[in-house]
Amino acid sequence: MKPGTLILHVAARFLVPLQLLFSIFLLLRGHNEPGGGFIAGLVASGAFALYLFTFGAVMTRDLMRIDPRNIIGIGLFLAMASIFPAWIQGEPFFTAQWWPVMLPGGNEIKLSTPLLFDIGVYLTVFGSVMMMFVTLTETEERV
Amino acid sequence: MSPEVALPIIIPLMTGTLTLLAWRSNILQKILSVVGSIALLISSIWLLTSVKEQGHVVLYMGNWVAPYGITLVADMLSAIMVFLTGMTAVAIAVYSLASASASHERFGYYPLMHLLLAGVAGSFLTGDIFNLYVWFEVMLIASFALLILGGERAQMEGAVKYVTMNLLSSAIFLSAIGLLYGLVGTLNMADIAVKLSEAEHTGLVDVIAVMFMVAFGIKAAAFPLFFWLPASYHTGPVAVSALFAGLLTKVGVYALFRVFSLIFNQSIEFTHQLLIWIAVFTMVTGVLGAAAQFEFRRILSIHIISQIGYILLGLALFTPLALAGGVFFIIHIIIVKTNLFLISGITHRLLGTYELKKLGGIYKSRPFLSILFLVSALSLAGLPPLSGFFAKFILIRAGIEAEAWVATGAALFVGMLTLYSMIKIWSEVFWKSLPDETDSSAINQQMTPSLAILYLPVIILTVLTLLIGLMAQPIYMISEFAAEQLLNPSGYIEAVLGVKP
Repeated sequence: MKPGTLILHVAARFLVPLQLLFSIFLLLRGHNEPGGGFIAGLVASGAFALYLFTFGAVMTRDLMRIDPRNIIGIGLFLAMASIFPAWIQGEPFFTAQWWPVMLPGGNEIKLSTPLLFDIGVYLTVFGSVMMMFVTLTETEERV
Repeated sequence: MSPEVALPIIIPLMTGTLTLLAWRSNILQKILSVVGSIALLISSIWLLTSVKEQGHVVLYMGNWVAPYGITLVADMLSAIMVFLTGMTAVAIAVYSLASASASHERFGYYPLMHLLLAGVAGSFLTGDIFNLYVWFEVMLIASFALLILGGERAQMEGAVKYVTMNLLSSAIFLSAIGLLYGLVGTLNMADIAVKLSEAEHTGLVDVIAVMFMVAFGIKAAAFPLFFWLPASYHTGPVAVSALFAGLLTKVGVYALFRVFSLIFNQSIEFTHQLLIWIAVFTMVTGVLGAAAQFEFRRILSIHIISQIGYILLGLALFTPLALAGGVFFIIHIIIVKTNLFLISGITHRLLGTYELKKLGGIYKSRPFLSILFLVSALSLAGLPPLSGFFAKFILIRAGIEAEAWVATGAALFVGMLTLYSMIKIWSEVFWKSLPDETDSSAINQQMTPSLAILYLPVIILTVLTLLIGLMAQPIYMISEFAAEQLLNPSGYIEAVLGVKP
């Protein structure tokens, strides 16, 4: 693939972090409002796809540090892990468990198994899409 | 709270995830895969014993009570099916230690295999019709990827037919669910059964019933939409073929058993009469197709179809004895069919081919393997005292009692032709002397550890076949129990909804 133009280079450096932040925002807002792990994972992989088109597969792999396959695995593992806390409480699998944490300053964060599940979905979607993108790009770059 | 209903789904999912995380190390994947399958088998035995005690075991996922959440339900039929899944899983996991090639393992052989098992177990345990659809899709995705591992031309050709037909089936299934939901406004199977029995019985119900019959019929490879099966099953790696042959079509059959005993039991004279004819044609076409084949795995694949016909006959006659016969037949066929495929893999390892013409002389050099094959093959054909004899005996007796003469006659006739096909394999592969042009260097090799690993599951499954035949009574009791539950869906409904219908 042809390396990106100057405009794309400059724009990507700004857009990639913004888009990643936006994906985290979507992920965390997802429980009660539109959003959630799936769409957030797609937005995050969109950010990395932009980086991929601009700088190529090698640099994207460097940036990700972790192999996409491992990201899928970790994501699936987190999603699976959210099944079990309910069992320890003696409730059926998947029953939502909530652990509210009070922050200094009066704000409250609700940690929960649905959040854990969503993070798992996020990573799985992100990993799968990135695996496809990187593999396809690498095949093309070799030719 | 009964975790044993969900564990047979969660364990393979977890195993699949862990093997995916361990993708760099083939050895670690192998260990995880075997441990995971054994855990699956143990959890399925747990489920079987608690179903035996309690009748129905129910778990509301996420504590959302039926009919709103997804309910997992196990009755005797589900428990038996899950147990057989666990057993096949262990056999295949052990066999794969020696049969899976390193490149397949790198491309996700083990994660996919366990995903497939999770899909199969999920289909057997779910009490929600839409959830059943989801598990079917999980199975389809995993099986498609497994089928094309290696990426040879024949595999692609088979896989395209496989996917096209299965997508068609899924589309029909989904439309049928939509229509049914429009009619009764619920997706929980027990709730559907209640609502449908209260609603006025219109022609639309029969239309939906037939749509389900077509959708599951394609999955089960029943007449007339079975041709995807002989096109695809023999193309994959042999352990995959064995896994598919043992379990996948049986999921379709299970779905037919579930839906046509629980939900569509109002106009039996229409739906089950139709099923009888489907069963008869499935039996006959399957066995005739097999008689014309001369490739080891192809013969076995096409034979799956005719065996499906027998099981469907059990459902179609819809008497206690016939249903018990059907369940007995499922138990017998999953073990025997998986085993025959595994044996075909060993002969392939020895002689490097599946073509009957090029095979030969196995009896001379490997008498023990030949006996293992003979036991399974004769059991498939239904010779006493092996498991297949009792399975067919119960079904044929049920057919005579129900005075379904054509179906009974067909069942007997098909049994004879099955014997012909099995004897054909026996005489070509094992009995005749080895053709000169075949490379015979591997056949006399010493017993290597890898060959011993291939033998191990085959020996265990053969012993099981023998045991089912020699101790048919306890198996029959379980099948009868399952049949009783199928004929009285009120127990199922009460267990799920908590009220008497």
